[in-house]
Amino acid sequence: MITRPDDLPEEELLLSGTRSCAGCSMSLMYRTAIKALGKNTIITVPASCLTVLHGLYHKQSVLVNVIHTTFETTAASASGIVAALEALGLDEKITVVGFAGDGGTSDIGIQGLSGAAERNTNFIYACYDNEMYSNTGTQRSGQTPYMAYTTTTPHGKLEHKKNIPMIMLAHNIPYIATTCASYPLDVFNKFTRAKQFKGTRYIHVLAPCPPGWGYPTHESIEIGKLAVRTGIFPLYEIIDGKMFLSKESEPYLDPRKRLPVADYLKKQGRFKHITQQHIDTYQEYVNGQWDFISKML
Amino acid sequence: MVNSRDPKSTIAAVQHPTVGEAGKTGTWRTFRPVIDENKCILVTSPKARCHTCWMFCPEGNISKTRPPRVNYDYCKGCGICAQSCPHDAIAMRKEEDEP
Amino acid sequence: MTSGGKQEAEDASRPVPPARETLILTGNHAASFAVKAARVQVISAYPITPQSPVVEKLSEFVEDGELKARMIRVESEQSAMASLISASTTGTRVFTATSSHGLSYMHEQLAWAAGTRLPVVMCIVTRAIGAPWSVWPDHQDAVSERDTGWIQIFCEDNQEIYDTVLEAYKIAEDERVYLPVAVCYDGYILSHTLMPVELMSQAEVDKFLPPFKSHLMLAMSMDDPVGVNPVTVPEPREGFPAYMELRHRMQKALEGAAAVMEEVEAEFAKVSGRHHGGAVRSYRLDDAEVALVGMGSCSSQAKVAIDDLRAAGIKAGVLTVRLFRPFPKRQIREVLKGKKVVAVFDRDVAYGLEGALCAETKASLYGIPDPPYVHGFIVGIGGRDFTTENAIEGTRLAVERSRNREIHDETTWLNLMEGE
Ligand SMILES: Cc1ncc(C[n+]2csc(CCOP(=O)(O)OP(=O)(O)O)c2C)c(N)n1
Ligand code: SF4
Ligand code: SF4
Ligand code: SF4
Repeated sequence: MITRPDDLPEEELLLSGTRSCAGCSMSLMYRTAIKALGKNTIITVPASCLTVLHGLYHKQSVLVNVIHTTFETTAASASGIVAALEALGLDEKITVVGFAGDGGTSDIGIQGLSGAAERNTNFIYACYDNEMYSNTGTQRSGQTPYMAYTTTTPHGKLEHKKNIPMIMLAHNIPYIATTCASYPLDVFNKFTRAKQFKGTRYIHVLAPCPPGWGYPTHESIEIGKLAVRTGIFPLYEIIDGKMFLSKESEPYLDPRKRLPVADYLKKQGRFKHITQQHIDTYQEYVNGQWDFISKML
Repeated sequence: MVNSRDPKSTIAAVQHPTVGEAGKTGTWRTFRPVIDENKCILVTSPKARCHTCWMFCPEGNISKTRPPRVNYDYCKGCGICAQSCPHDAIAMRKEEDEP
Repeated sequence: MTSGGKQEAEDASRPVPPARETLILTGNHAASFAVKAARVQVISAYPITPQSPVVEKLSEFVEDGELKARMIRVESEQSAMASLISASTTGTRVFTATSSHGLSYMHEQLAWAAGTRLPVVMCIVTRAIGAPWSVWPDHQDAVSERDTGWIQIFCEDNQEIYDTVLEAYKIAEDERVYLPVAVCYDGYILSHTLMPVELMSQAEVDKFLPPFKSHLMLAMSMDDPVGVNPVTVPEPREGFPAYMELRHRMQKALEGAAAVMEEVEAEFAKVSGRHHGGAVRSYRLDDAEVALVGMGSCSSQAKVAIDDLRAAGIKAGVLTVRLFRPFPKRQIREVLKGKKVVAVFDRDVAYGLEGALCAETKASLYGIPDPPYVHGFIVGIGGRDFTTENAIEGTRLAVERSRNREIHDETTWLNLMEGE
């Protein structure tokens, strides 16, 4: 486990000058994650902002092998890579990772993900969650939070986020973690830990998106931290079914320590239209989420 | 022989790693981060450790050196580094103001 | 006739089976035995009638240790093909089989496999597509995928299934081709019917089919990382092909694939003593004036009608189209030129037009002097019997219509219920 920024490996596997927006936290979490994964990795990526980050044919912005797959097939594609490596006797040497957006994970890709996890396929599935279909112009996804504006929920989404980590827990996989791009050390440590397990490992990374969420580019880190400090996005690990709250989220088990959700919501254009009543509903939802977590600990 | 590096013989879309895949993304910038070496802890206190700015840059446009340096060819001017420097050593300057 | 290959020497402790064995096998099991002989490394499949026994047999081979392959019991056909695309890209020989709705559910992946130029091999055990539900054979599933860039070969008996699966790998992995191949055969009519099938010895197969190679073998080049299938743009950049050029190269490879198939067949014939005719196969066509054209079970049934037709004074023969994609225009033109009448029997409909094989046969004959009249008949949809009588009836109709120089824009369906 590393604890300081300069403990991170110096070698960059993400090469400067990518196509992602200025201030993209997905880019940051990906840069950090592949430092942890290392060169002996085959990554498979479905249609998403991450496809674009990898660059247009014939150039690529990363120093790892990447198989682009169709939108809904991340986990199936990873299953194929894993099977091939097993057949070639290279599965101990090469890590297989599926890296998908929240739409590719929790909506169109959930069948494949569930299948791969049920088979306990030996790979890491990472979902970077920018809470919308960013690549196609910020439409609603199953991960879009309550009351967020998207182009297909112009008055705000009426439902809460789908809890994918808990769905993954129901698959009895050995390792589940949530993390946030704003905490690169946590991202690095969790990918490093995930690498040590065999079987299906699931990492859910909250990745604030400046154009999609409506905040200035320099606030990407701050916004993600607010998601954690308000308790909206708890960081934890679940190892063999047992939940451990990460130190970034530990204080917020105590409701008095949590910042009011409004501190987070009011900084983002996508929540511009919300009323006090919505804020109250949101706060109740977050409190309920923590009641659930406290029972799991 | 099919060779993905050879435009004539390649048969599938296979991409190869390159720095600056999207070109000189530094041209996207309206504000540029300027590191004030008099404030950077790595300069002011030779034994100190930091590199917070390096860690947070979304695509590694700051070097892990002492003092850290910005790669202006690719820095997109997002301002994350300036926002995250614990010693307030990075200022965002409007591009025109900078020589 | 054993050549005592390396593999046999290694297994010397085991009782040595005769070099070649003839087993009584269903079409599905003939496919499974061929997949085993091809030393496929990754299998990924999902059950559907009438394909399931192919994969059930392969599961036995794998679990009994007779085939050293990884088997992915995926949760859908879409995942079956998606996983094989990546397994092939990683560097392994792969196989799947499906039918009907399973194939339709793979559609997006079929295009992806072809666009990546991967030597994936699949059996399509052909079956009708709903709605409504029908588990019975016709060619609608396979034919509906004809524009995805796959090579499609139709088989007529179980020996041909076994041989074609082996040939399929050789064709797919040929550097001039590098395309996925579908080996298609009729559900039930072949898939569940027992026939004698001569299996090659492992040494013979190993000699014919060397270990897997492809243009993408990611696991073997970890120190030279690449990305496969990124976003492309409409115009070429820095001298590199754009989407349109890559698709042009795919079409070129398809256009050349029939010649490669014929080469591969010739080589296979040298080893096995069996030759299935290449892209098309003729039956009593040399002196024929009338040609019955069909694929798979349609052509088998047409052959049965030839004696009766000839006895009735119609000099007929049969053209079996084995290679449906790439469509063997030249071969068809060569065989059918000089014939007076062509009756095409389609077990599929290019809905809103006519039988797909009929439309394409007509297109192949376009521009030749004095082309034969071509008349199409829709038969055997959803497992409906396509009888010898139907073949005779269609041929007679074709002859009559040709005589009257009739052109029928509407389709003619045979063996419909009375009053339909
Ligand atoms: C089968 C299919 N349906 C729709 C699309 C269009 N599409 C491409 S990316 C995308 C959204 C991706 O959203 P997400 O997974 O959240 O990733 P993000 O773009 O937000 O990074 C959609 C809808 C597609 N490529 N394939
Ligand atoms: S839209 Fe959002 S997630 Fe996509 S590249 Fe831009 S900042 Fe990143
Ligand atoms: S964090 Fe943003 S502003 Fe700072 S160097 Fe990186 S790209 Fe430039
Ligand atoms: S974050 Fe600030 S103090 Fe730390 S290395 Fe960067 S410029 Fe120096």
